[in-house]
Amino acid sequence: MAPPQKVAGKRGGEVTAKLALSLGEGYHVNSNTPHEAYLIPLKLTWTAAPLEVASIIYPKPHDEKYQFSPDEPLSVFTGNFEIVTKFKVPADTTSGPAILAGKLRYQACNNTMCFPPKTVDVKLPVEVQ
Amino acid sequence: MAALLTGCSSGSRTVRAASVKPNKDRKPAPDFELKDANGHTVKLSDYRGKVVLLDFWATWCGPCKIEIPWFKEFERENKDKGFAVIGVAMDDDGWDAVKPFSQEIGINYRVVLGNDDVAQLFGGVEALPTTFLIDREGRIASVHIGLSGKRDFENGIQELLETSRSASGDSSIAAVLVGAK
Repeated sequence: MAPPQKVAGKRGGEVTAKLALSLGEGYHVNSNTPHEAYLIPLKLTWTAAPLEVASIIYPKPHDEKYQFSPDEPLSVFTGNFEIVTKFKVPADTTSGPAILAGKLRYQACNNTMCFPPKTVDVKLPVEVQ
Repeated sequence: MAALLTGCSSGSRTVRAASVKPNKDRKPAPDFELKDANGHTVKLSDYRGKVVLLDFWATWCGPCKIEIPWFKEFERENKDKGFAVIGVAMDDDGWDAVKPFSQEIGINYRVVLGNDDVAQLFGGVEALPTTFLIDREGRIASVHIGLSGKRDFENGIQELLETSRSASGDSSIAAVLVGAK
């Protein structure tokens, strides 16, 4: 994971952070809204203190058919994409630097095989002004 | 911030075995003890004397769902010939995920719940499906990583069943000759 870029926000305002993700050619992850309940969705979560998560915005997924799913397309993300998180900066929070901790859970496959689900840590440096 | 989703770099490892390894190249399959859906302990060594198709799979694995109907058919057609399929489910959610899925898809062979320790014994099992064909002597005769061809499995199973049958036929003749002394 590349070092995350620091974001800054004023107390009482909002901060937007983008998590850029990259998948190798031929690979996909299930989107955040897979069509089948048994599939593991892409999910970003934050332990946001001292900020508050306002919204997490995933890109629009696309439906694709694969060798192992020739009739029913899967809702997936491929290639390069971003997940955007909007944080509220509470008016009463302490100013100064902080690190927000997040977790990204995903499960990747290619046309013939799948890889066990993984959860990776995401750390976002923030500066509350 | 940028992240590279890892664990996606071994796509070229698919093994398409047209047949099984020669006897001299086969290594013993590691033994394991795992629980089936009824809580019974299943030991791989209990299957010694049978040809075993050992399938590492998971409910979240799309390619696994293609192969499972083939394995049901192999079980149905060959179970009386000294053949068995064992499915090793690698779901973190355990039987809560595996039981309903197995029932829905009508799995007719034994399914046990796997774990990382057993996966390590079998080389790590980094991708699913990973399927081993094991001969009657408990040796790994072929490995299929990723979605393989149904014919590849059929050929391997038949080869192992027929080879074993000829071998056991030879033994019977030898026993008669010894007994006739």
